[in-house]
Amino acid sequence: MTEIAIKNVFKEYNRNPILERVNVTLPDHEFCLILGSSGAGKSTLLRMLLSQETPSRGEILIDGEPIDVEPQADRGVVFQRYSVFPHKTVLDNVLAGPSFRESRFFGRLFGNRKAKLRDRAMELLDQVGLSDAADKYPVQLSGGMQQRLAIAQALIMEPKVLLLDEPFGALDQSTKKSMHKLILDLWNANKMTIVMVTHDIQEAFTLGTRVLMVDKQRRDPQAPEAYGSTIVHDLRLDPARKAPLDPSDNEENQSMEDIFLKWAGRMDHAIVEGAPHPTTPEAASVSAKEVA
Amino acid sequence: MRRAINYVPDRHSGLILAILPFVFLMGIYLVGSDARLSANPDDKLMPGLKAFFDAINHLAFTENRRTGEYVFWTDTLISLQRIFIGLSISTVLAIVIGLPIGLLPYLNRLFGPFMAAFSLIPPLAVLPILFIIFGLGELSKIVLIIFGVAPFLIRDMAMATLAIPKEQIVKAQTLSASSWQILIHVVFPQVLPRLFDSLRLMLGATWLFLIAAEAIASEGGLGYRIFLVRRYLAMDVILPYVAWITLLAFLMDYFLMLGSRAMCRWHHIR
Ligand SMILES: Nc1ncnc2c1ncn2[C@@H]1O[C@H](COP(=O)(O)OP(=O)(O)OP(=O)(O)O)[C@@H](O)[C@H]1O
Ligand SMILES: [Mg+2]
Repeated sequence: MTEIAIKNVFKEYNRNPILERVNVTLPDHEFCLILGSSGAGKSTLLRMLLSQETPSRGEILIDGEPIDVEPQADRGVVFQRYSVFPHKTVLDNVLAGPSFRESRFFGRLFGNRKAKLRDRAMELLDQVGLSDAADKYPVQLSGGMQQRLAIAQALIMEPKVLLLDEPFGALDQSTKKSMHKLILDLWNANKMTIVMVTHDIQEAFTLGTRVLMVDKQRRDPQAPEAYGSTIVHDLRLDPARKAPLDPSDNEENQSMEDIFLKWAGRMDHAIVEGAPHPTTPEAASVSAKEVA
Repeated sequence: MRRAINYVPDRHSGLILAILPFVFLMGIYLVGSDARLSANPDDKLMPGLKAFFDAINHLAFTENRRTGEYVFWTDTLISLQRIFIGLSISTVLAIVIGLPIGLLPYLNRLFGPFMAAFSLIPPLAVLPILFIIFGLGELSKIVLIIFGVAPFLIRDMAMATLAIPKEQIVKAQTLSASSWQILIHVVFPQVLPRLFDSLRLMLGATWLFLIAAEAIASEGGLGYRIFLVRRYLAMDVILPYVAWITLLAFLMDYFLMLGSRAMCRWHHIR
C-alpha cells in the first residue's frame, strides 16, 4: 500500500511563486499524469516528490509519513535526459542500484550474489527488450532504448513510487506507443504508483488513472510573476471503462511507414501533383500510388 | 567549387600533409646551416648534420671517462623521474582534493575561493622559497612541478565534477548510493577522460617547470645540460636535446591518449 498525500504545498524560487496551494492525494497503485504548459512547474512538483527540492511551505507524505529529506530508493526516477550512467554498460547500469545497496563500501558484487542479481537484471532487460544490448554503452543506444534502460534501472530497486519526467518526450509516435504498452505492463506487474509528467494530452488520457492539470488560477496582467500555478483540473479515470481508441486511429500496431502512408492518403488533395518535389520523393510516389 | 570546409584529405594524403611541415623545417635548417658553414667553417650557430652526429655519439654512446656514465641517458632518466613523480603526485592530489571539492558543497565553500587564489600564485616566483625550504636537492624540483601543475588540475577536476548533470547525482541517490559510492562510481569515472585531457594539456607547463628548476640548481638532467653547454655555444648539443625533449613530451602525450582510450572506453565510442 502506498498513498501519496501532497498537503498545501507552495514553492518559490527567489521569492517568485512557482507553485501554490497544491493539494492532492494519490491512492495506492495510481497512474497519475501531470499536464501543463511549459514553465508551469510540473518538473518542480516532481522534484519535490523526489526530495531533490523542498517545498517552501506544506508537506508531502507517503503512507502518512513525511518523505525523507533526500532522494531515497523508495522513489525511483526517469528524467528526460541524463538518466543512465554513460560510463556503465547496459547490464551494469541495471546492476548499479543493487550493487550500491548490497556492497556499501566497494559498490561491487562478486560470486553467487552477483550471479543471482545478474539473472534478475537480465530478466528486466528482457522485459524492456534490451537483452541483446546488455554489453553496449548508452551512447550506442537510441533515445527510446536509453529510456527503456532507465526504466529497468529504476525498477530493479522495486520502488514504491516511480517518477517520470517527460520520459517519452523525444520519441517518435510508434516508439512512444510501444513504450506506453511497456509501462502499462510494468505498472500492472509491479503494483507501484507512477507519477508522470507529459506535454502530450493523448498520452495522458490513454495511460492515466488520474490526470492532473497544472496552471495559473489567478493572473495579474501587470505582474505575470505574481502568482504560482496550482492544480486546476483533477480527473479520475477507470481504466476498465475507458472508451477504446477509435480503431481507425489505433496506430499502435502499425509501422511508421503504414502511418505515413495513411496520412499521405488522407492528405491526398493537398499533395501538389505533377510538381517535381525533389526533397520528398516519397510523397510524390505515394500520391501516385494512392490515386491509382 | 565546394566550400573549403568540405574538402577532407584521405588517409594517405593526410599522412603526407602531417609530415610535410617537419620535412620543410628540416630542409630550411640544412640549407641555412650549409650557407653559413660555407661562409665560415667555424660557425657555431647552425652546426651541420656531422656535428650533431658527433655530439650525440659522444654524449649518448661513449662512456664518460670521469664518471663512467652515458651522460645523455643519465640526464634523460633523471629528468623523466622528476616529471613522473611530480605528475603522479599532482594527479593524486587532483583526484583526492578536486573531486570532493566539486561534490561536497561544504568543502566547495571552504576551499573553492582559496584554491582559485592559490592557483594564481606564479610558481616560478616561489622557486626561491622552495629552494630555501627544501634545499637544492631533488625535492625542490619535484615540489616546483607539483606547485605548477596540481592547483590547476585540482580546480579543473572540481569544475568537471560540478559540470556533471545534477540528474546523475540524484539518480544515484534513488539507487541508494552513499556519498562515497557516488564519488567512486559516478563522479570519478565520468571526470577521468577530462583528467587525461588536462594532463596532456599540462605537459608543456610541466616541462617548463622542470627545466627552470634544473637550470637554476642541479647536478644533472636534460635542462641542466642545455644550460651548462650554453656557455660554450654548443648548439650541436642544445638542438638535439631540445628535439629529444620535444619527442619525449610527444610520446607522453601519446601514451596518455592511449591510457584514456583504454580506461575510458565509453568516452571514445562514437
Ligand atoms: N532552480 C531554479 N531556480 C530558479 N527558478 C527555477 C528553478 N527551477 C525552475 N525554476 C523556474 O520555475 C518555473 C517552473 O519550472 P519547471 O521546470 O517546473 O517547469 P515545467 O512545468 O517542468 O516546464 P517544462 O514543461 O518546460 O519542462 C520556471 O519558470 C523556471 O524558470
Ligand atoms: Mg519540466
